Amino acid sequence: MKEYRSKLAKKEAIEGYLYALPWFIGFTVFTAGPIIASFILSFTNWDLIKSPQWIGFGNYKALTEDPLFWQGLKVTSIYATFSVPLGIAGGLAIAVLMNQRIKGLSIFRTIYYLPAVVSGVAVSLLWSWIFNPDFGVLNYLLSLIRIKGPGWIYDEKWALPSLIIMSLWGVGGGMVIYLASLQGVPTELYEAAIIDGASSWKRFWSITIPMISPVIFFQLIMGIIGSFQVFTQAYIMTNGGPNNATLFYVLYLYRNAFQWFKMGYASALAWVLFLVILILTIVQFKIANYWVYYEVGR
Amino acid sequence: MHLGVRAKTIITRVIIYTVIIVGAFVLMIPFFWMLSTSLKDEGAVWLFPPRWIPKPIVWENYKTAFTMWPFGLYLLNSVKLVVINITGILFSCSMVAFSFSRLRWPGRDFFFLLLISTMMIPGQVTMIPIFVLFRYFGWIDTFYPLTVPSFFGSPFFIFLLRQFFLTIPREMEEAAKIDGCSTFQIFSRILLPLSKPALGTVAIFTFMGVWNDFMGPLIYINSESRRTATLALGFFRSAWYGGTHTAVLMASSMIVMLPCLLLFFFAQRYYIQGIVITGLKG
Repeated sequence: MKEYRSKLAKKEAIEGYLYALPWFIGFTVFTAGPIIASFILSFTNWDLIKSPQWIGFGNYKALTEDPLFWQGLKVTSIYATFSVPLGIAGGLAIAVLMNQRIKGLSIFRTIYYLPAVVSGVAVSLLWSWIFNPDFGVLNYLLSLIRIKGPGWIYDEKWALPSLIIMSLWGVGGGMVIYLASLQGVPTELYEAAIIDGASSWKRFWSITIPMISPVIFFQLIMGIIGSFQVFTQAYIMTNGGPNNATLFYVLYLYRNAFQWFKMGYASALAWVLFLVILILTIVQFKIANYWVYYEVGR
Repeated sequence: MHLGVRAKTIITRVIIYTVIIVGAFVLMIPFFWMLSTSLKDEGAVWLFPPRWIPKPIVWENYKTAFTMWPFGLYLLNSVKLVVINITGILFSCSMVAFSFSRLRWPGRDFFFLLLISTMMIPGQVTMIPIFVLFRYFGWIDTFYPLTVPSFFGSPFFIFLLRQFFLTIPREMEEAAKIDGCSTFQIFSRILLPLSKPALGTVAIFTFMGVWNDFMGPLIYINSESRRTATLALGFFRSAWYGGTHTAVLMASSMIVMLPCLLLFFFAQRYYIQGIVITGLKG
Protein backbone atom coordinates (compact mmCIF):
# COMPACT_ATOMS: atom_id res chain seq x y z
CA MET A 1 0.00 0.00 0.00
CA LYS A 2 2.74 2.41 1.00
CA GLU A 3 4.69 1.59 -2.11
CA TYR A 4 1.59 2.17 -4.21
CA ARG A 5 1.10 5.53 -2.53
CA SER A 6 4.63 6.71 -3.20
CA LYS A 7 4.32 5.52 -6.76
CA LEU A 8 1.22 7.68 -7.16
CA ALA A 9 2.98 10.62 -5.58
CA LYS A 10 5.86 10.17 -7.96
CA LYS A 11 3.52 10.09 -10.93
CA GLU A 12 1.78 13.22 -9.67
CA ALA A 13 5.10 14.99 -9.21
CA ILE A 14 6.16 14.18 -12.74
CA GLU A 15 2.84 15.42 -14.07
CA GLY A 16 3.18 18.52 -11.91
CA TYR A 17 6.50 19.39 -13.50
CA LEU A 18 5.16 18.66 -16.96
CA TYR A 19 2.12 20.92 -16.57
CA ALA A 20 4.29 23.69 -15.15
CA LEU A 21 6.85 23.20 -17.91
CA PRO A 22 5.73 26.14 -20.08
CA TRP A 23 6.39 28.50 -17.21
CA PHE A 24 9.70 26.85 -16.31
CA ILE A 25 10.87 27.41 -19.88
CA GLY A 26 9.39 30.90 -19.97
CA PHE A 27 10.98 31.78 -16.65
CA THR A 28 14.39 30.57 -17.77
CA VAL A 29 14.36 32.02 -21.28
CA PHE A 30 12.41 35.24 -20.76
CA THR A 31 13.11 36.22 -17.16
CA ALA A 32 16.04 34.64 -15.32
CA GLY A 33 18.29 34.26 -18.37
CA PRO A 34 17.79 37.84 -19.59
CA ILE A 35 18.34 39.29 -16.12
CA ILE A 36 21.68 37.50 -15.88
CA ALA A 37 22.50 38.32 -19.50
CA SER A 38 21.75 41.99 -19.04
CA PHE A 39 23.93 41.97 -15.92
CA ILE A 40 26.84 40.62 -17.95
CA LEU A 41 26.10 42.93 -20.90
CA SER A 42 26.10 45.90 -18.54
CA PHE A 43 29.87 45.46 -18.17
CA THR A 44 30.44 45.66 -21.90
CA ASN A 45 30.45 48.07 -24.75
CA TRP A 46 28.29 46.69 -27.55
CA ASP A 47 26.70 48.20 -30.64
CA LEU A 48 25.20 44.91 -31.92
CA ILE A 49 27.64 44.90 -34.88
CA LYS A 50 31.10 44.38 -33.44
CA SER A 51 31.50 41.79 -30.71
CA PRO A 52 30.94 43.03 -27.14
CA GLN A 53 33.93 44.54 -25.44
CA TRP A 54 34.52 44.12 -21.69
CA ILE A 55 34.87 47.48 -19.96
CA GLY A 56 34.35 46.54 -16.31
CA PHE A 57 32.42 49.14 -14.35
CA GLY A 58 32.78 51.66 -17.19
CA ASN A 59 29.06 51.90 -17.92
CA TYR A 60 28.15 52.33 -14.28
CA LYS A 61 30.79 55.01 -13.86
CA ALA A 62 29.46 56.76 -16.95
CA LEU A 63 25.93 56.56 -15.53
CA THR A 64 26.84 58.52 -12.42
CA GLU A 65 28.25 61.28 -14.62
CA ASP A 66 25.35 61.24 -17.10
CA PRO A 67 22.98 64.16 -16.42
CA LEU A 68 20.26 62.52 -18.54
CA PHE A 69 20.33 59.38 -16.38
CA TRP A 70 19.74 61.54 -13.30
CA GLN A 71 17.09 63.51 -15.16
CA GLY A 72 15.30 60.26 -16.06
CA LEU A 73 15.43 59.12 -12.46
CA LYS A 74 14.21 62.51 -11.24
CA VAL A 75 11.33 62.78 -13.71
CA THR A 76 10.16 59.25 -12.97
CA SER A 77 10.42 59.74 -9.21
CA ILE A 78 8.46 63.01 -9.28
CA TYR A 79 5.82 61.36 -11.42
CA ALA A 80 5.55 58.38 -9.05
CA THR A 81 5.50 60.62 -5.97
CA PHE A 82 2.47 62.50 -7.20
CA SER A 83 0.54 60.19 -9.46
CA VAL A 84 0.56 57.10 -7.20
CA PRO A 85 -0.64 58.67 -3.90
CA LEU A 86 -3.08 60.97 -5.70
CA GLY A 87 -4.44 58.02 -7.65
CA ILE A 88 -4.88 55.96 -4.48
CA ALA A 89 -6.49 58.82 -2.54
CA GLY A 90 -8.79 59.67 -5.45
CA GLY A 91 -9.81 56.08 -6.07
CA LEU A 92 -10.45 55.51 -2.39
CA ALA A 93 -12.47 58.72 -2.02
CA ILE A 94 -14.73 57.78 -4.94
CA ALA A 95 -15.08 54.24 -3.60
CA VAL A 96 -16.15 55.56 -0.18
CA LEU A 97 -18.77 57.80 -1.82
CA MET A 98 -20.02 54.96 -3.98
CA ASN A 99 -20.29 52.72 -0.94
CA GLN A 100 -23.04 54.94 0.57
CA ARG A 101 -25.86 52.85 -0.86
CA ILE A 102 -26.06 54.93 -4.03
CA LYS A 103 -28.87 54.49 -6.53
CA GLY A 104 -27.62 53.62 -9.99
CA LEU A 105 -24.33 52.36 -8.58
CA SER A 106 -23.57 50.11 -11.54
CA ILE A 107 -23.98 52.96 -14.02
CA PHE A 108 -21.66 55.25 -12.07
CA ARG A 109 -19.18 52.43 -11.60
CA THR A 110 -19.10 51.85 -15.36
CA ILE A 111 -18.60 55.54 -16.09
CA TYR A 112 -15.81 55.92 -13.56
CA TYR A 113 -14.13 52.78 -14.73
CA LEU A 114 -14.32 53.55 -18.45
CA PRO A 115 -11.15 55.71 -18.68
CA ALA A 116 -9.15 52.90 -17.07
CA VAL A 117 -10.16 50.53 -19.87
CA VAL A 118 -8.44 52.48 -22.60
CA SER A 119 -4.72 53.09 -22.71
CA GLY A 120 -1.72 53.49 -24.90
CA VAL A 121 -1.29 55.46 -28.07
CA ALA A 122 -4.93 56.40 -28.71
CA VAL A 123 -5.25 57.87 -25.21
CA SER A 124 -1.96 59.73 -25.59
CA LEU A 125 -3.16 61.25 -28.86
CA LEU A 126 -6.46 62.23 -27.30
CA TRP A 127 -4.73 63.96 -24.41
CA SER A 128 -2.25 65.71 -26.70
CA TRP A 129 -5.27 67.27 -28.31
CA ILE A 130 -6.95 68.04 -24.97
CA PHE A 131 -3.74 69.77 -23.84
CA ASN A 132 -3.43 71.83 -27.02
CA PRO A 133 -2.77 75.32 -25.60
CA ASP A 134 -4.76 77.25 -28.21
CA PHE A 135 -7.56 74.96 -29.35
CA GLY A 136 -7.68 72.24 -26.68
CA VAL A 137 -10.70 71.66 -24.50
CA LEU A 138 -8.80 72.10 -21.23
CA ASN A 139 -7.78 75.68 -21.86
CA TYR A 140 -11.22 76.35 -23.29
CA LEU A 141 -12.87 75.19 -20.06
CA LEU A 142 -10.38 77.23 -18.03
CA SER A 143 -11.16 80.28 -20.15
CA LEU A 144 -14.81 79.90 -19.13
CA ILE A 145 -13.77 80.64 -15.55
CA ARG A 146 -11.44 83.44 -16.69
CA ILE A 147 -8.20 81.49 -16.28
CA LYS A 148 -5.55 81.69 -18.95
CA GLY A 149 -4.31 78.11 -19.13
CA PRO A 150 -0.61 77.29 -19.50
CA GLY A 151 1.05 75.60 -22.48
CA TRP A 152 0.66 72.19 -20.79
CA ILE A 153 2.77 69.55 -22.55
CA TYR A 154 4.48 72.22 -24.62
CA ASP A 155 5.65 74.12 -21.56
CA GLU A 156 8.75 72.90 -19.74
CA LYS A 157 7.24 73.67 -16.33
CA TRP A 158 3.85 72.13 -17.02
CA ALA A 159 4.72 69.08 -19.11
CA LEU A 160 5.25 66.66 -16.21
CA PRO A 161 2.24 67.93 -14.22
CA SER A 162 0.21 67.46 -17.41
CA LEU A 163 1.14 63.79 -17.55
CA ILE A 164 0.28 63.41 -13.86
CA ILE A 165 -3.14 64.99 -14.47
CA MET A 166 -3.65 62.63 -17.37
CA SER A 167 -2.81 59.63 -15.18
CA LEU A 168 -5.54 60.69 -12.74
CA TRP A 169 -8.12 60.20 -15.46
CA GLY A 170 -7.73 56.48 -14.71
CA VAL A 171 -8.46 56.66 -10.95
CA GLY A 172 -11.57 54.55 -11.54
CA GLY A 173 -9.32 51.52 -12.01
CA GLY A 174 -8.37 51.49 -8.35
CA MET A 175 -11.86 52.54 -7.30
CA VAL A 176 -13.37 49.20 -8.35
CA ILE A 177 -10.90 47.32 -6.17
CA TYR A 178 -11.41 49.57 -3.14
CA LEU A 179 -15.17 49.36 -3.54
CA ALA A 180 -15.02 45.56 -3.48
CA SER A 181 -12.80 45.58 -0.42
CA LEU A 182 -14.99 48.14 1.37
CA GLN A 183 -17.93 45.85 0.88
CA GLY A 184 -15.94 43.12 2.59
CA VAL A 185 -15.49 45.05 5.84
CA PRO A 186 -17.80 43.47 8.46
CA THR A 187 -20.62 45.87 9.38
CA GLU A 188 -20.50 44.74 13.04
CA LEU A 189 -17.30 46.73 13.42
CA TYR A 190 -19.06 49.93 12.41
CA GLU A 191 -22.10 49.18 14.54
CA ALA A 192 -19.91 48.65 17.59
CA ALA A 193 -18.04 51.87 16.88
CA ILE A 194 -21.29 53.83 16.54
CA ILE A 195 -22.45 52.54 19.91
CA ASP A 196 -19.12 53.68 21.35
CA GLY A 197 -19.81 57.12 19.90
CA ALA A 198 -17.09 57.21 17.25
CA SER A 199 -17.56 59.92 14.62
CA SER A 200 -17.69 58.94 10.95
CA TRP A 201 -14.25 60.46 10.41
CA LYS A 202 -12.87 58.40 13.30
CA ARG A 203 -14.58 55.27 11.96
CA PHE A 204 -12.96 55.81 8.59
CA TRP A 205 -9.44 56.09 9.99
CA SER A 206 -9.77 53.47 12.72
CA ILE A 207 -11.81 50.82 10.95
CA THR A 208 -12.00 51.31 7.19
CA ILE A 209 -8.36 52.16 6.54
CA PRO A 210 -6.85 49.36 8.68
CA MET A 211 -9.30 46.80 7.30
CA ILE A 212 -8.50 47.56 3.67
CA SER A 213 -4.83 48.43 4.21
CA PRO A 214 -3.57 45.23 2.53
CA VAL A 215 -5.39 46.28 -0.64
CA ILE A 216 -4.01 49.83 -0.47
CA PHE A 217 -0.55 48.38 0.06
CA PHE A 218 -0.84 46.11 -2.98
CA GLN A 219 -2.01 49.07 -5.09
CA LEU A 220 0.88 51.16 -3.80
CA ILE A 221 3.45 48.52 -4.75
CA MET A 222 2.00 47.91 -8.21
CA GLY A 223 1.44 51.64 -8.77
CA ILE A 224 5.06 52.50 -8.13
CA ILE A 225 6.30 49.66 -10.32
CA GLY A 226 3.89 50.82 -13.02
CA SER A 227 5.06 54.41 -12.89
CA PHE A 228 8.63 53.27 -13.39
CA GLN A 229 7.47 51.75 -16.68
CA VAL A 230 5.90 54.88 -18.19
CA PHE A 231 6.88 55.03 -21.83
CA THR A 232 4.09 55.43 -24.37
CA GLN A 233 2.74 58.75 -23.06
CA ALA A 234 6.20 60.28 -22.96
CA TYR A 235 7.16 58.92 -26.38
CA ILE A 236 3.96 60.00 -28.11
CA MET A 237 2.99 63.21 -26.35
CA THR A 238 6.23 65.00 -25.58
CA ASN A 239 9.02 62.75 -26.82
CA GLY A 240 10.78 63.47 -23.54
CA GLY A 241 10.64 67.21 -23.98
CA PRO A 242 10.44 70.10 -23.76
CA ASN A 243 14.08 70.30 -22.74
CA ASN A 244 13.96 66.77 -21.22
CA ALA A 245 11.24 67.78 -18.75
CA THR A 246 9.47 64.47 -19.39
CA LEU A 247 12.47 62.26 -20.07
CA PHE A 248 11.11 59.21 -18.28
CA TYR A 249 13.64 56.58 -17.29
CA VAL A 250 12.37 53.93 -19.70
CA LEU A 251 12.27 56.42 -22.57
CA TYR A 252 15.95 57.14 -22.01
CA LEU A 253 16.62 53.40 -21.79
CA TYR A 254 14.76 52.86 -25.06
CA ARG A 255 16.76 55.57 -26.81
CA ASN A 256 20.07 54.13 -25.68
CA ALA A 257 19.14 50.61 -26.71
CA PHE A 258 17.11 51.00 -29.88
CA GLN A 259 18.00 54.40 -31.31
CA TRP A 260 21.69 54.64 -30.43
CA PHE A 261 22.31 50.88 -30.10
CA LYS A 262 24.37 51.31 -26.94
CA MET A 263 23.37 47.87 -25.70
CA GLY A 264 25.90 47.69 -22.86
CA TYR A 265 24.99 51.10 -21.50
CA ALA A 266 21.28 50.39 -21.88
CA SER A 267 21.76 47.10 -19.99
CA ALA A 268 23.38 49.01 -17.15
CA LEU A 269 20.34 51.32 -17.17
CA ALA A 270 18.05 48.27 -17.09
CA TRP A 271 19.93 46.78 -14.16
CA VAL A 272 19.79 50.00 -12.19
CA LEU A 273 16.03 50.09 -12.88
CA PHE A 274 15.77 46.54 -11.59
CA LEU A 275 17.68 47.43 -8.41
CA VAL A 276 15.71 50.63 -7.83
CA ILE A 277 12.41 48.75 -8.06
CA LEU A 278 13.73 45.91 -5.90
CA ILE A 279 14.90 48.31 -3.19
CA LEU A 280 11.71 50.38 -3.29
CA THR A 281 9.62 47.22 -2.96
CA ILE A 282 11.68 45.84 -0.06
CA VAL A 283 11.56 49.18 1.75
CA GLN A 284 7.80 49.31 1.30
CA PHE A 285 7.41 45.81 2.70
CA LYS A 286 9.47 46.87 5.73
CA ILE A 287 7.37 50.01 6.26
CA ALA A 288 4.22 47.95 5.73
CA ASN A 289 4.78 46.29 9.13
CA TYR A 290 3.85 49.60 10.73
CA TRP A 291 0.65 50.35 8.87
CA VAL A 292 -0.71 47.34 7.02
CA TYR A 293 -3.09 45.27 9.09
CA TYR A 294 -3.49 41.58 8.39
CA GLU A 295 -6.21 39.67 10.15
CA VAL A 296 -4.92 36.73 12.13
CA GLY A 297 -5.21 33.47 10.27
CA ARG A 298 -5.10 34.95 6.80
CA MET B 1 -29.14 76.87 12.77
CA HIS B 2 -30.78 73.76 14.04
CA LEU B 3 -30.96 70.77 11.75
CA GLY B 4 -32.80 67.58 12.49
CA VAL B 5 -31.01 64.27 11.92
CA ARG B 6 -33.24 63.71 8.91
CA ALA B 7 -32.45 67.04 7.29
CA LYS B 8 -28.77 66.40 7.88
CA THR B 9 -28.87 63.01 6.13
CA ILE B 10 -30.73 64.53 3.20
CA ILE B 11 -28.11 67.25 2.82
CA THR B 12 -25.33 64.67 3.02
CA ARG B 13 -27.00 62.58 0.32
CA VAL B 14 -27.42 65.62 -1.93
CA ILE B 15 -23.74 66.45 -1.55
CA ILE B 16 -22.70 62.85 -2.27
CA TYR B 17 -24.83 62.65 -5.40
CA THR B 18 -23.65 66.04 -6.63
CA VAL B 19 -19.99 65.07 -6.23
CA ILE B 20 -20.50 61.72 -7.95
CA ILE B 21 -22.47 63.16 -10.86
CA VAL B 22 -20.10 66.08 -11.43
CA GLY B 23 -17.12 63.69 -11.23
CA ALA B 24 -18.69 61.31 -13.74
CA PHE B 25 -19.34 64.22 -16.07
CA VAL B 26 -15.75 65.48 -15.82
CA LEU B 27 -14.36 62.02 -16.54
CA MET B 28 -16.54 61.78 -19.66
CA ILE B 29 -15.37 65.11 -21.12
CA PRO B 30 -12.31 63.61 -22.90
CA PHE B 31 -14.54 61.05 -24.63
CA PHE B 32 -17.04 63.71 -25.72
CA TRP B 33 -14.16 65.85 -26.92
CA MET B 34 -12.69 63.02 -28.97
CA LEU B 35 -16.05 62.09 -30.49
CA SER B 36 -16.87 65.71 -31.21
CA THR B 37 -13.52 66.42 -32.88
CA SER B 38 -13.70 63.22 -34.91
CA LEU B 39 -16.91 64.50 -36.54
CA LYS B 40 -15.68 67.98 -37.45
CA ASP B 41 -14.38 69.27 -40.73
CA GLU B 42 -10.82 70.53 -40.72
CA GLY B 43 -11.90 74.16 -40.37
CA ALA B 44 -14.17 73.55 -37.39
CA VAL B 45 -11.37 71.79 -35.53
CA TRP B 46 -9.52 75.09 -35.31
CA LEU B 47 -12.39 77.19 -34.00
CA PHE B 48 -12.16 78.92 -30.67
CA PRO B 49 -14.32 78.69 -28.66
CA PRO B 50 -14.89 75.13 -29.88
CA ARG B 51 -18.33 73.75 -30.72
CA TRP B 52 -19.40 70.63 -28.86
CA ILE B 53 -21.84 69.52 -31.52
CA PRO B 54 -20.18 69.84 -34.92
CA LYS B 55 -22.03 71.57 -37.72
CA PRO B 56 -21.97 69.94 -40.21
CA ILE B 57 -21.36 66.46 -38.80
CA VAL B 58 -18.62 64.94 -40.93
CA TRP B 59 -18.85 61.14 -40.91
CA GLU B 60 -16.35 61.01 -43.75
CA ASN B 61 -13.47 61.29 -41.28
CA TYR B 62 -14.07 57.67 -40.35
CA LYS B 63 -13.94 56.70 -43.99
CA THR B 64 -10.84 58.79 -44.60
CA ALA B 65 -9.14 56.95 -41.73
CA PHE B 66 -9.32 53.82 -43.89
CA THR B 67 -8.58 55.35 -47.29
CA MET B 68 -5.78 57.72 -46.33
CA TRP B 69 -3.57 54.79 -45.34
CA PRO B 70 -4.04 51.02 -44.99
CA PHE B 71 -5.64 51.30 -41.58
CA GLY B 72 -7.71 48.18 -42.22
CA LEU B 73 -4.54 46.17 -42.66
CA TYR B 74 -3.09 47.56 -39.43
CA LEU B 75 -6.23 46.65 -37.55
CA LEU B 76 -6.09 43.17 -39.04
CA ASN B 77 -2.48 42.80 -37.88
CA SER B 78 -3.57 43.75 -34.38
CA VAL B 79 -6.41 41.24 -34.51
CA LYS B 80 -4.02 38.50 -35.59
CA LEU B 81 -1.67 39.22 -32.71
CA VAL B 82 -4.57 39.32 -30.28
CA VAL B 83 -5.95 35.95 -31.42
CA ILE B 84 -2.60 34.18 -31.26
CA ASN B 85 -1.73 35.70 -27.90
CA ILE B 86 -5.08 34.76 -26.36
CA THR B 87 -4.62 31.19 -27.58
CA GLY B 88 -1.10 31.00 -26.21
CA ILE B 89 -1.93 32.58 -22.88
CA LEU B 90 -5.04 30.47 -22.25
CA PHE B 91 -3.20 27.29 -23.18
CA SER B 92 -0.02 27.85 -21.19
CA CYS B 93 -1.38 29.68 -18.16
CA SER B 94 -4.25 27.30 -17.47
CA MET B 95 -1.86 24.34 -17.56
CA VAL B 96 0.63 25.95 -15.23
CA ALA B 97 -2.09 27.22 -12.89
CA PHE B 98 -3.51 23.69 -12.78
CA SER B 99 -0.14 22.36 -11.75
CA PHE B 100 0.26 25.01 -9.04
CA SER B 101 -3.23 24.54 -7.63
CA ARG B 102 -4.02 20.84 -8.00
CA LEU B 103 -0.87 18.75 -8.35
CA ARG B 104 1.66 18.17 -5.60
CA TRP B 105 5.31 18.22 -6.46
CA PRO B 106 8.50 18.99 -4.56
CA GLY B 107 9.43 22.67 -4.61
CA ARG B 108 5.99 23.82 -5.67
CA ASP B 109 5.56 26.45 -2.96
CA PHE B 110 9.04 27.81 -3.55
CA PHE B 111 8.42 28.13 -7.28
CA PHE B 112 5.06 29.76 -6.69
CA LEU B 113 6.73 32.40 -4.56
CA LEU B 114 9.28 32.86 -7.33
CA LEU B 115 6.49 33.22 -9.87
CA ILE B 116 4.76 35.88 -7.77
CA SER B 117 7.96 37.83 -7.33
CA THR B 118 8.61 37.85 -11.09
CA MET B 119 5.30 39.69 -11.45
CA MET B 120 7.11 42.69 -10.02
CA ILE B 121 9.88 42.74 -12.63
CA PRO B 122 9.11 45.25 -15.37
CA GLY B 123 9.53 43.98 -18.91
CA GLN B 124 12.02 46.74 -19.66
CA VAL B 125 14.58 45.05 -17.41
CA THR B 126 14.70 41.94 -19.57
CA MET B 127 13.95 43.66 -22.89
CA ILE B 128 17.49 43.96 -24.25
CA PRO B 129 18.68 40.34 -23.95
CA ILE B 130 15.33 39.13 -25.28
CA PHE B 131 15.74 41.46 -28.26
CA VAL B 132 19.25 40.10 -28.83
CA LEU B 133 17.93 36.54 -28.61
CA PHE B 134 15.14 37.14 -31.14
CA ARG B 135 17.56 38.95 -33.40
CA TYR B 136 19.80 35.88 -33.24
CA PHE B 137 16.79 33.77 -34.30
CA GLY B 138 16.26 36.13 -37.24
CA TRP B 139 12.86 37.13 -35.90
CA ILE B 140 13.19 40.90 -36.26
CA ASP B 141 10.36 42.35 -38.34
CA THR B 142 8.20 39.25 -37.84
CA PHE B 143 5.29 38.61 -35.49
CA TYR B 144 7.16 35.86 -33.61
CA PRO B 145 8.63 38.12 -30.89
CA LEU B 146 5.13 39.42 -30.23
CA THR B 147 3.42 36.02 -30.12
CA VAL B 148 5.79 33.21 -29.11
CA PRO B 149 6.35 34.35 -25.50
CA SER B 150 2.62 34.00 -24.80
CA PHE B 151 2.95 30.22 -25.09
CA PHE B 152 5.30 30.16 -22.11
CA GLY B 153 2.98 31.56 -19.49
CA SER B 154 2.56 34.95 -17.91
CA PRO B 155 2.96 35.18 -14.11
CA PHE B 156 0.04 37.53 -13.68
CA PHE B 157 -2.46 35.27 -15.48
CA ILE B 158 -1.09 32.11 -13.91
CA PHE B 159 -1.62 33.75 -10.54
CA LEU B 160 -5.15 34.84 -11.47
CA LEU B 161 -6.15 31.39 -12.69
CA ARG B 162 -4.58 29.62 -9.74
CA GLN B 163 -6.54 31.81 -7.33
CA PHE B 164 -9.70 30.93 -9.24
CA PHE B 165 -8.97 27.20 -9.41
CA LEU B 166 -8.48 27.14 -5.63
CA THR B 167 -12.07 28.33 -5.16
CA ILE B 168 -13.46 25.36 -7.10
CA PRO B 169 -14.39 22.47 -4.79
CA ARG B 170 -12.40 19.31 -5.37
CA GLU B 171 -15.19 16.78 -4.80
CA MET B 172 -15.98 16.31 -8.48
CA GLU B 173 -12.35 15.81 -9.36
CA GLU B 174 -11.90 13.28 -6.59
CA ALA B 175 -14.94 11.36 -7.77
CA ALA B 176 -13.61 11.44 -11.33
CA LYS B 177 -10.25 10.20 -10.12
CA ILE B 178 -11.89 7.22 -8.44
CA ASP B 179 -13.73 6.54 -11.69
CA GLY B 180 -10.33 6.30 -13.36
CA CYS B 181 -10.09 9.66 -15.09
CA SER B 182 -6.58 10.67 -16.06
CA THR B 183 -5.07 13.93 -14.87
CA PHE B 184 -5.52 15.42 -18.30
CA GLN B 185 -9.20 14.48 -18.36
CA ILE B 186 -9.71 16.05 -14.96
CA PHE B 187 -8.01 19.20 -16.20
CA SER B 188 -9.75 19.47 -19.56
CA ARG B 189 -13.19 17.97 -18.82
CA ILE B 190 -13.84 19.17 -15.29
CA LEU B 191 -11.66 22.07 -14.24
CA LEU B 192 -11.59 24.07 -17.48
CA PRO B 193 -15.34 24.03 -18.13
CA LEU B 194 -15.93 25.19 -14.56
CA SER B 195 -13.44 28.02 -15.03
CA LYS B 196 -15.02 29.74 -18.01
CA PRO B 197 -15.50 33.07 -16.18
CA ALA B 198 -11.85 33.22 -15.15
CA LEU B 199 -10.66 32.14 -18.60
CA GLY B 200 -12.89 34.88 -20.04
CA THR B 201 -11.26 37.40 -17.74
CA VAL B 202 -7.79 36.29 -18.84
CA ALA B 203 -8.81 36.50 -22.50
CA ILE B 204 -10.15 40.04 -22.02
CA PHE B 205 -7.05 41.24 -20.19
CA THR B 206 -4.85 39.70 -22.86
CA PHE B 207 -6.86 41.42 -25.54
CA MET B 208 -6.45 44.79 -23.85
CA GLY B 209 -2.75 44.29 -23.27
CA VAL B 210 -1.88 43.15 -26.78
CA TRP B 211 -4.22 45.58 -28.53
CA ASN B 212 -2.72 48.56 -26.73
CA ASP B 213 0.90 47.38 -26.70
CA PHE B 214 3.10 49.99 -28.28
CA MET B 215 6.67 49.31 -27.19
CA GLY B 216 6.70 45.71 -28.43
CA PRO B 217 5.74 46.49 -32.04
CA LEU B 218 7.87 49.64 -31.93
CA ILE B 219 10.97 47.59 -31.18
CA TYR B 220 10.35 44.58 -33.39
CA ILE B 221 8.36 45.76 -36.42
CA ASN B 222 10.00 47.68 -39.25
CA SER B 223 7.87 47.00 -42.33
CA GLU B 224 4.92 49.25 -42.89
CA SER B 225 2.75 46.29 -43.88
CA ARG B 226 3.33 44.62 -40.50
CA ARG B 227 2.41 47.61 -38.36
CA THR B 228 -0.23 47.15 -35.72
CA ALA B 229 -2.99 49.71 -35.32
CA THR B 230 -1.37 51.32 -32.27
CA LEU B 231 2.05 51.41 -33.88
CA ALA B 232 0.58 53.03 -36.98
CA LEU B 233 -1.19 55.61 -34.83
CA GLY B 234 2.13 56.39 -33.22
CA PHE B 235 3.67 57.04 -36.61
CA PHE B 236 0.68 59.09 -37.65
CA ARG B 237 1.40 61.28 -34.65
CA SER B 238 4.71 62.48 -36.05
CA ALA B 239 2.99 63.53 -39.25
CA TRP B 240 0.45 65.35 -37.11
CA TYR B 241 2.92 67.78 -35.55
CA GLY B 242 2.07 70.07 -38.43
CA GLY B 243 -1.47 70.09 -37.07
CA THR B 244 -3.34 68.75 -40.06
CA HIS B 245 -5.76 65.83 -40.07
CA THR B 246 -6.64 66.26 -36.40
CA ALA B 247 -10.21 65.15 -37.02
CA VAL B 248 -9.09 62.02 -38.89
CA LEU B 249 -6.57 61.29 -36.17
CA MET B 250 -9.29 61.49 -33.53
CA ALA B 251 -11.50 59.26 -35.67
CA SER B 252 -8.65 56.73 -35.92
CA SER B 253 -8.06 56.89 -32.16
CA MET B 254 -11.75 56.34 -31.66
CA ILE B 255 -11.65 53.26 -33.88
CA VAL B 256 -8.71 51.86 -31.91
CA MET B 257 -10.39 52.53 -28.56
CA LEU B 258 -13.80 51.25 -29.56
CA PRO B 259 -13.14 47.48 -29.24
CA CYS B 260 -11.82 48.00 -25.70
CA LEU B 261 -14.83 50.09 -24.73
CA LEU B 262 -17.31 47.64 -26.25
CA LEU B 263 -15.59 44.67 -24.71
CA PHE B 264 -15.77 46.34 -21.34
CA PHE B 265 -19.45 47.15 -21.74
CA PHE B 266 -20.43 43.64 -22.70
CA ALA B 267 -18.10 41.72 -20.45
CA GLN B 268 -18.03 44.05 -17.50
CA ARG B 269 -18.75 41.31 -14.99
CA TYR B 270 -15.74 39.21 -15.98
CA TYR B 271 -13.59 42.24 -16.13
CA ILE B 272 -14.37 43.54 -12.68
CA GLN B 273 -14.26 40.05 -11.23
CA GLY B 274 -10.74 39.58 -12.57
CA ILE B 275 -9.59 42.87 -11.15
CA VAL B 276 -11.05 42.01 -7.82
CA ILE B 277 -9.53 38.50 -7.73
CA THR B 278 -6.03 39.76 -8.38
CA GLY B 279 -6.32 43.09 -6.61
CA LEU B 280 -7.78 41.85 -3.38
CA LYS B 281 -5.89 38.69 -2.76
CA GLY B 282 -2.51 40.04 -3.69
